[in-house]
Amino acid sequence: MKRSQSKVASSAGIPKAPTGIAGLDAITNGGLPVGRPTLVCGSAGAGKTMLAAEFLVRGATEFGENGVFMMFEENAEELAANVRSMGFDLEELTRQKKVSLDHVHIERSEIEETGEYDLEGLFIRLAHAVESVNAKRVVLDTIEALFAGLPNHAILRAELRRLFRWLKDRGLTAVITGERGENTLTRYGLEEYVADCVILLDHRVYQQISTRRLRVVKYRGSAHGTNEYPFLIGDRGLSVMPITSMMLDHEASMEQVSTGIPGLDDMLAGRGVYRGSSILVTGSAGTGKSSVAASFIDAACKRGERALLFAYEESAPQLMRNMGSVGIKLKPHIKNGLLQIHSSRPTLQGLEQHLVTMHDAVVEFKPSVVVVDPISNLTIERHESEVKPTLMRLIDFMKREQITALFTSLTSGPDVIEDSEVGVSSLMDTWLQLSNVETNGERNRTIFVLKSRGIKHSNQVREFLMTDKGIDLIDAYLGEDEVLTGSARLARENREKALTRIAKNDRDRRTRQLEHELKSLDAQIAALKAAAVVAEENFKFKNDQELLLTESFDRNAETMSRVRGRSGDRTAAAKPIKK
Amino acid sequence: MKKEISTSQNTMSAKDPAEYKLRLYVAGQTTKSAAALANLQRICETHLSGRYHIEIIDLLVNPSLAAGDQILAVPTLVRHLPEPIKKIIGDLSNEERVLVGLDVLPRLESI
Repeated sequence: MKRSQSKVASSAGIPKAPTGIAGLDAITNGGLPVGRPTLVCGSAGAGKTMLAAEFLVRGATEFGENGVFMMFEENAEELAANVRSMGFDLEELTRQKKVSLDHVHIERSEIEETGEYDLEGLFIRLAHAVESVNAKRVVLDTIEALFAGLPNHAILRAELRRLFRWLKDRGLTAVITGERGENTLTRYGLEEYVADCVILLDHRVYQQISTRRLRVVKYRGSAHGTNEYPFLIGDRGLSVMPITSMMLDHEASMEQVSTGIPGLDDMLAGRGVYRGSSILVTGSAGTGKSSVAASFIDAACKRGERALLFAYEESAPQLMRNMGSVGIKLKPHIKNGLLQIHSSRPTLQGLEQHLVTMHDAVVEFKPSVVVVDPISNLTIERHESEVKPTLMRLIDFMKREQITALFTSLTSGPDVIEDSEVGVSSLMDTWLQLSNVETNGERNRTIFVLKSRGIKHSNQVREFLMTDKGIDLIDAYLGEDEVLTGSARLARENREKALTRIAKNDRDRRTRQLEHELKSLDAQIAALKAAAVVAEENFKFKNDQELLLTESFDRNAETMSRVRGRSGDRTAAAKPIKK
Repeated sequence: MKKEISTSQNTMSAKDPAEYKLRLYVAGQTTKSAAALANLQRICETHLSGRYHIEIIDLLVNPSLAAGDQILAVPTLVRHLPEPIKKIIGDLSNEERVLVGLDVLPRLESI
């Protein structure tokens, strides 16, 4: 954002002075109007002074514009101490003559008023301070304190009008802070004089959790984001997260990364989820959401990538112990510096603040995988309209950084999908639904890929087993129009196994029987063949015998006829045999 | 510190150190500052003769001196002595209020 300032400033109508505050320059299309006063108003503790101080410090350190901080409430030491918490060293900047601090203090009880006067003294001081550091930026914080110190408001108002004119004439980009009034932006109606740009800060407490918000009420001569944007005052100054400034133009990686659960990767076209995509894991209590999350982290760390886990239910040691019980060892990854666990109570701060904390942690650690477990705790008691834009910011941010993000979300019922989840899910690329199936007095876990953009994912419900070696997915029993899991599946499988065995035995038996039958038939055939041989032999023997007899008979007859003197008439009976 | 003028030279110094140490801040030679100076001198001569010392500081000449006494309005009369510090802003046209402001006269409320 900081780099694109010059371009933004030239494209918009009026020149802008970048504040250097992440997000605010995006909302205002480049920063505050150059050479004009900007009113920053808000209730006590809304962050007016911090915004003003950051504007000044960043101007001096990053944009080469020195500044004057004229304070009417705190003194210089107090201010320096306050902004030190954001990492700014005002004292050093003062020594370098980049920033001039002037504490204007009026003690009402010391002052007597008589006759005419003006505030030339204030002008002289301001002019002197501006000259001493060659300032381009001026902060007046909170000039309304003068109303309490000076009794004659008519003179004061006239002088304030002159002051703002004076600032404009000198081309000073000014930030004027003002306390929020009952029905007005500022208690004393400063907005009458400062009409170029008005920024309203708000500090709201909802469900005992505070959220800071910022809105650009007015910006003369410039387009600006009109929404309320949450912001945080962190140790790097203010962070405002504008969603409208973020285009959907992030890269889409073709690389798919493992989820750490082979069975789940199988369901996701065998390769896992796309790098840089976001994954929602929903399920009721005890469906194994955290274990899926831990597997995901484990896989990333084993690939040598950095992972960041935001745990909102368990402390880091508890989480590590519990995940150890299902064979996921996270401790070595922490020792290697590949894994960071941020555990905190969701109620520690508002959703937006959590978001900014996450943002800062991600910026610092530069992980490639981020897990939020569970996100539902952050969104508790919050309306979808608030949750969704905030999560969208987070997800957009992660995508921009090509971070694969996994969010778990607790659902109240086994098959209930919360409204907010439906809203949130549209931001997610992959949605895994874990559920408990209760049958025959036991509950079994199942997993199902509800959606996965750009991946030809399985449409099957798998059974989800947590073993001491990690998570395993097995096919649930499918058949006879029902899906069975757990012991019902086991029983069904055993029954099927038994039936199969019986069938096999039966088949074996029948095969054997056939073999026997064939063998006996063979034996019979052999016997019959033997009998045939015997019969043939008998027949042959008899035939031969008969032949012999016939021959001998013929011979006898011949002999006889010869003996009787008759020549031999051969009888036909002599040769009856074919062979 | 650059001191511009000391008035009432004859009355201020001699006998004892001035009871009233006054400083008048002005911004250039405006009618208001001229009026303030004239009014101040008259009041002092009338009521504090011989017991005061006036220092005039022109902020246009010495802008850096404005912060020290927390000057916003001009003209501003600052009573450094006697303690505590008192400030009177305006052209000092109301003599009674100036005297009250300098604690020369008691405040009306405390009479």
